[in-house]
Amino acid sequence: MQPTVRDPIESIQPPSEFAPPDMVRPRADLASQTEPRDLKSAATGDASKSPRVIVKAGADLPVTVYTPESPLRHPARMVREMFRDLLASRELAWRLFVRDTSAQYRQSILGLLWAFIPPLVAALPFVFLNSQGIIAIQGTAIPYAAFAMIGAIIWQVFVDALNSPLTSVMAAKSMLTRINFPREAILLSGLLQVLFRLAIRMILLVAVCTWFQIAPPWTVLLFPIGVFALVVVGFVVGLALTPLGLLYSDVQQALPIGTTFLMFLTPVLYPPPRAGLAGALASWNPLTPLMTVTRDWLTTGNVNPLASFAAVTGVALIMLFGGWILYRLSMPHIVARIGN
Amino acid sequence: MTGEVLVTVDGVSKKFCRSLKKSLWYGARDVLSELNPFARAKGGKPPGNGAADTELRPDEFWAVRDVSFELRRGECLGLIGRNGAGKTTLLKMLNGLVKPDRGSIEMRGRVGALIALGAGFNPVLTGRENIYVNGSILGLSKREIDEKIDAIIDFADIPQFIDSPVQNYSSGMQVRLGFAVASSLAPDILLLDEVLAVGDMGFQSKCYNRLGQLRKAGTAFILVSHNMPQITKFCGKILYLKGGRVASFGPADQSAALLLKDMNACSTDDCSSLDTGPQEAGTLSCVVTKAYFSNTNGDPVAEISTGEPVTLVLCYRCHAEHIMNPVLELVLRDQTGDALFHGSSRMAGIELGKFRGNGMLTIAFPHMPANNMKLTAAIALWDSAMHELIYWWRGVTLRVNGDPNSKGRVSIHCSWKHQPQKATLTGA
Repeated sequence: MQPTVRDPIESIQPPSEFAPPDMVRPRADLASQTEPRDLKSAATGDASKSPRVIVKAGADLPVTVYTPESPLRHPARMVREMFRDLLASRELAWRLFVRDTSAQYRQSILGLLWAFIPPLVAALPFVFLNSQGIIAIQGTAIPYAAFAMIGAIIWQVFVDALNSPLTSVMAAKSMLTRINFPREAILLSGLLQVLFRLAIRMILLVAVCTWFQIAPPWTVLLFPIGVFALVVVGFVVGLALTPLGLLYSDVQQALPIGTTFLMFLTPVLYPPPRAGLAGALASWNPLTPLMTVTRDWLTTGNVNPLASFAAVTGVALIMLFGGWILYRLSMPHIVARIGN
Repeated sequence: MTGEVLVTVDGVSKKFCRSLKKSLWYGARDVLSELNPFARAKGGKPPGNGAADTELRPDEFWAVRDVSFELRRGECLGLIGRNGAGKTTLLKMLNGLVKPDRGSIEMRGRVGALIALGAGFNPVLTGRENIYVNGSILGLSKREIDEKIDAIIDFADIPQFIDSPVQNYSSGMQVRLGFAVASSLAPDILLLDEVLAVGDMGFQSKCYNRLGQLRKAGTAFILVSHNMPQITKFCGKILYLKGGRVASFGPADQSAALLLKDMNACSTDDCSSLDTGPQEAGTLSCVVTKAYFSNTNGDPVAEISTGEPVTLVLCYRCHAEHIMNPVLELVLRDQTGDALFHGSSRMAGIELGKFRGNGMLTIAFPHMPANNMKLTAAIALWDSAMHELIYWWRGVTLRVNGDPNSKGRVSIHCSWKHQPQKATLTGA
């Protein structure tokens, strides 16, 4: 039976109107329409009878206003909304993370082992070439194989975090263009996935350290800070690329190539060179201190470029906030452009 | 009208771009200008048709232009208009997915949207797991879902599949589950986009009842649909969008009538995009050369009153040597394309005999029952086995006038009586 939904007040109907049997309930409908209104006004101090402006001030219902204005014109309100949405998105982020993770491993044979494969694939050829004397990488404080593998695992944390925002937002594209939900949830769930894979890779890291009998110095307690910094820097770069990457597929094409290229320019599989062009490059590369400090905290305990490590991390944390704002501001425009 | 205003839309406009390359480029530039808080604030209305639109960049147009309306608690607003009139864009702005380029939208209360049913479903996960995911996306907490999950499963009515992966569901079952989750919210404002046409009959009626409950509880509806009978039944007010502008806003019948008028005007004039123009198809071994409705005197008529006799006359020319006992099929449709009548010579038990050369077919209606509508006749001529479609054609129209106060699709002769002693109707 179809509900009688004609608004009895809105449309004045001629008395001779034909109505199918299920529509002959206008009185019942009228009563039920006024009823909740009465309840409402009783509960909210008769808001419905007050002038509209006062109802607005009463704020009994959340009011959302959409205007063309940039939210940056009201920074305080924007920041308040950002943190409100961040809080509101925690549960959804967790739910999306559980969904993606369980779906991913349910449809896979190797499952969690996939987390081990990228760093191994990156490091093992170098370990092999070095062991055969085809390339000669020297000056590592620990056996080269251990140095390369630990480097590759740490580097993978950075790459993972870098890819995370664009990948997860792309995967949620159809949701983003259809449903309004706190957009931060997508980023957070991506971040959770990064942390999850990171946790699995830590098993590999422990295995490598055990195998090569590397006794970690006390600075290993600081190692999580290094990993955190790598995640933040990677995430910030990824977040900054996300709006452009959603509009143009070029970014997604370039990311894997770019990160591989970046790995060879960064002292991941070799210790930071001291001289020459390579040395200059390494000293200006903001990723050098992150890699070196993090690895040294785990292995040797002699930490050199600590100041630059702190500087890079600090800048990244500030930029993280900027990237978040960019992400929020760009979303409605991107949804409008990428359609369904 | 004492209900509090829940939706206020004031002079809202939105630009769109025809070219993808430019659209993406403009998108990137819009993001950049958004980052500048000191960008010139835009105000006022877009200039009228005559004035040059300096604000539009090349290849841009106004998809939604200067739309304003208000919606109060418990009201239902129907958005109608042809494809591309801006209905979905407007809905997206109301939902906060897209920013307006001008004007402002104020939404009071929790907003629900039945737009993408089952968005966020993961095909590998079970129905139950997906309820949690989908519910979270729509803003329910885990505890709320825990409380509602039995009702949701019950509403979707697929208990035997609830623990199988959603990829094994039929599309109808996915939609059922999606609707069940989405409609378990009790929003203050509910946006619906063409979702009432899903599922089988039983489920559709459940959906209607669910929406009816929400409406009684004071939810304001904004509904996009192309199903005119449905929208006029469901909505008290209709906003008719035409090329992004408000062509009409007011009581349902008024706007709906205007849309139908426009549609009809189109079918005779220029609008080839509308699929209502005359068309021919088939093997054409026999074609209808002339078709018209005639009155009892045999004169062609374009307009009659309801209940009057009318005859559909078809003159044919048979190109084949002869055709034995073809079957003539007739469908009468109203403006919205709904079939009012469907019949064939076979159903009527009539053998048409031998077709050769020229001839005439007549279908007589002693009392045309259609009420207040423009009928379009579609005919099909089949061979006797109904394997070959010889000729298919539609286009001849007949305006049937009736009592303007009567909304029914047909007028049925009836007599009214009142028996004062004891109620003959069972007490309600």
